[in-house]
Amino acid sequence: MTAAAVVTARESGLIACTTCGKVWSPEAEICGHCETPLITRPAQGLSPVWAWLVAGILLYIPANMWPMLISRTLGREDASTILCGVVELTQLGSYGVAFIVFFASIVIPVAKFAAIAVLALAVRHEIAMSQTRLTHLYEVVEFIGRWSMIDIFVVATLAALVQLGFLASLAPGPAAACFALSVTFTMLSAKAFDTRLIWDRIGETK
Amino acid sequence: MIAQRPAPGERMRCPRCRAVLRTSRPAALDRVLAFALATPPLMAIALTASFLTLSGGGARQEASVIDAANAVAHANTWPLALAVGALIVALPLLRALALAYVLLPIRLGRGPARRAARAFRLAVELRPWAMAEIFLIGVAVVLVKVSGLASVSLGPAFWSFVALAALALMEDAALCERSVWDLIR
Repeated sequence: MTAAAVVTARESGLIACTTCGKVWSPEAEICGHCETPLITRPAQGLSPVWAWLVAGILLYIPANMWPMLISRTLGREDASTILCGVVELTQLGSYGVAFIVFFASIVIPVAKFAAIAVLALAVRHEIAMSQTRLTHLYEVVEFIGRWSMIDIFVVATLAALVQLGFLASLAPGPAAACFALSVTFTMLSAKAFDTRLIWDRIGETK
Repeated sequence: MIAQRPAPGERMRCPRCRAVLRTSRPAALDRVLAFALATPPLMAIALTASFLTLSGGGARQEASVIDAANAVAHANTWPLALAVGALIVALPLLRALALAYVLLPIRLGRGPARRAARAFRLAVELRPWAMAEIFLIGVAVVLVKVSGLASVSLGPAFWSFVALAALALMEDAALCERSVWDLIR
């Protein structure tokens, strides 16, 4: 990679807008073009990234322990967690759909926690990984994170069908809110990560 | 980084991370504007027409998204309904309106609208939170789950959502943010 050929705004004594790409003199506080506040690097460093990430992980625990869906049939209450829902789908023989829900609700969130932690540790040199790979990792995290919301839409649609009298009795459990917040917080964590940090250490290390 | 604008039909990439910085497709503006203008009428159909029809044991019931929202709003599930409504209706609609507000005056040759920069920044920031396509996968999972209990048929509102999701994806592919920023002065 011909990284040496790149002249960054910071090296030129300028400050680049992360939204529209215009460069300004370092005294500028707000981009005169798109009105984004200009920061050369976040003053709090990675703290917002870690804060949102920890909040997301903490909420992910009750999201899996508590019931996502509570159904009542003939006076018997049946509460099922995310994982129970997946098992139920395999029992119906819908392996493809079971896989989608398992992937969206369990594989993606867990992989995303790990990926954000890797990114945050790598820019602090705790983990050695090439800049190109870190950039790809960030792009994957950013692209795929939203897709874990599938189960929330499943629960909401089922709840609507119940309210309309289509299904006997079914209600979203406390895990639904925890899960939705967990996904939201990890999306905010990824958004708080400044990708320029990945490239800052060029020259310092090989 | 200092670079020339790309020639028509070409794209400019960052030499470091290979991210596409800028594309040059003059028709893209029209396309994005068309998608943005198509969103509100499609959303109106998606909300009011029948979303799905369940039938079983001689009974038959149709429901629109508005019916479902009304029903859910009375129960203790209203926070969930509110969040879902924002993610699949309010935010995509707001994004489409912001894009139309920015691009329509430019397309008509009137110069950018007042506060166009703020509106476009809103549209860019809303993108990850507009989740029509993810909602559709969720509905597909529900159809599998209830298929044993009743027979389900999909109404025009469902297909409007499919169209909205497809428009959002094509809009993403056509929209070059840097080119739009150049047009907003």
